[in-house]
This record gives sequence, C-alpha cells and structure tokens, in this order.
Amino acid sequence: MQFFFYDTPKVLLLLTGVVFVMGMVNSYFTPERARALLAGRTEGVANAMAAGLGIVTPFCSCSAVPLFIGFVQAGVPLGVTFSFLISAPMVNEVALALLFGMFGWKIASLYLALGLAIAIVSGWVIGRLKMEACLEDWVRNMPRVQASADDTVLTLGDRIASGFASVREIVGRVWPYILAGIAIGAAIHGWVPENFMASFMGKSAWWSVPLAVLIGVPMYSNAAGVIPVVQALLAKGAALGTVLAFMMSVIALSLPELVILRKVLKWRFIATFVAVVAAGILIVGYLFNAVL
Amino acid sequence: MKEIKVLGTGCANCKNTVRLIEEVARGKGVEIHLDKVEELQQIMAFNVMATPGVVLDGKVVHAGGVPSRSKVESWF
Repeated sequence: MQFFFYDTPKVLLLLTGVVFVMGMVNSYFTPERARALLAGRTEGVANAMAAGLGIVTPFCSCSAVPLFIGFVQAGVPLGVTFSFLISAPMVNEVALALLFGMFGWKIASLYLALGLAIAIVSGWVIGRLKMEACLEDWVRNMPRVQASADDTVLTLGDRIASGFASVREIVGRVWPYILAGIAIGAAIHGWVPENFMASFMGKSAWWSVPLAVLIGVPMYSNAAGVIPVVQALLAKGAALGTVLAFMMSVIALSLPELVILRKVLKWRFIATFVAVVAAGILIVGYLFNAVL
Repeated sequence: MKEIKVLGTGCANCKNTVRLIEEVARGKGVEIHLDKVEELQQIMAFNVMATPGVVLDGKVVHAGGVPSRSKVESWF
C-alpha cells in the first residue's frame, strides 16, 4: 500500500519529464527523414541507424503498415525497415522512464541496450534471409519513390509546444494503465505467496524463459501497463531475465500488430519475423539470468 | 464544397481526426464532403507514411497523429 502511494506520483512525474523531452526530440524526426537517411544504405550500419531512429521517430503503431510500405518504396532494405519496426514499440520512452523510476538506471539502460541489440540483429538476420519474395504481391508492385526529407522548419516555440502536446497525449492516455498496473502489482505483492513465481519463473527452471516468451506473445500491453506487473513478479522471486523476456515479448510481439502486418506480409514472413525476434528475446533472457 | 478524405485503418487517432474536422467545419459554416479511406491499398496511393492522413481537395495536407486544431482551422 505504501508502495502504491509513494511510487505512483514519483513515477508519473518522471514519466512526464521524459515524455516532454522526447516530445521535443521527436519534433526533429519524421518518418520521411528517417526514410531519407536509410534509403539505399548498406546493411549492418543501416540496421544500427534504423534501430536508433526507431526510438526517436514518433510513430503510432497503426502507422506500421503505411510506414513499412513507404520505406520499401524508397528502397530501404527490408531488414533495415524491420530494425526500425522492432525497436520503435519495444524501446520506447515510456518503458524506459518507468523502468528507470521503478528499478533504477542500470536496469533501464540494460533494457535500452538489449532492445537495440535485438532490433539490430533481428533486422539484420531478416535482411540475410532475403524475404522479399514473401511480401504480398501488391506491395511489391508499388511504384518506387524518391526518399526526400521534408523541409519544414520548426521554431523552438513549436518544439516546446510539441513537448507539451506529447505529455498531454501520452501521459493523459497512459496514466490509468499505470495505476492499474501498480494496483495489480500491489495485489500480487499482497496475495501471491512469496516465491510462488520462483517455482516457475526462477533461474533454476530452464524452461521458464521460453515459457515467459510464449505467454507474452498473445498478450499485448503498452509498456506502461506491464511494468508494475513486472515489478511484482520480481518481488515474488521471478528471475530478472525471465521477467524482462516476458515484458519484451508482450510489447514487441503482439497479435493485433501481426494481424495488421498480415496485410503486407505473407504468413511465412510473419512466422519468420516472430521466430527471429522471439529467438532474440530468448537469448537476452538466458543471458540475463546467467549473468546476474 | 471541400472534398476531404481522412486516411486511416480505423484506430482511435483516425476517429478523433474525423470528429475534429467535422467540428471545425461546422463551427465555420463550411460545407464539406468527408470520406473515410480505410483500405490500405487506397491509403498508399496517396504516399503517406503515417496515419491518420488528411487529403484536402486532392492534396495531402497532413500525415501522422491527430492534427492540431489550429492546423485544421487553417484549411477552411
């Protein structure tokens, strides 16, 4: 209970600050600029850039398909596009702010680094697999487009306004999830017996990481809702790697997103995407458990 | 009469954009014909990379996120 009252305002304040700053950073980046920066670049470097851009470019998940197609049309390599698409939802400022506020900067930066790593490597692997043939036909037939960045110049005032707008929009939308998540976390704290989680999410169970990833796939939550649950699981003895794997799986692999992607990707491609990202998350989970 | 198309696959932002445009147009007494384009292939024909997108009399005037009220007002 005390955790609930103490942590909630602290977390919300931190979140507001981070969202505001990111709102301003976002005003420097648009999908068009990201595309212009990535078009035709050699893979490897491009994957890393894409993953980084995915974090700072504002991107609503229902835009995933238009953005995907736009990238393809301008000649951004498939794998690079995927690095962008994987890092964008997973390494998101809300998740980082909450992780930082609730678990400290070390865990937050680890999540950032590993999220980027998964985005870069998964994207690169997908690029190697030459999946172009598995794009839906109508996508492949779309005309090529020149990638040019737009030239709109924003004043500092505009950027600050966009920071405020971000706060209104994101914090305004997300705070009920945070409250609910913290409440659920508190409930788990209070009612689930100590070490219950350790029995199947603890380090010793080798199958706990794959299980966590599997459970995460059909579940979808934005970063805000899942983190407090993560906190409670950890407090009950679940291993950090397993819990982080669960969190990444919930956010990065979501059934609704896959359904939308189905419009542009054939089933084989979707399966490959899920397999590659899941594998990445699995490795991260195991690594974490082994190292910590 | 202004021809407006709102491009989007139906998420909350797209619905809010439609509502905002209708509200502003009504407030200014401007007659509009508003079309919702939800089919992906049709959306892509306009070359937008982020939805919701707004097309005014055939030209794309906005893409990505709900447009600000002042922006919508500037179209009328």
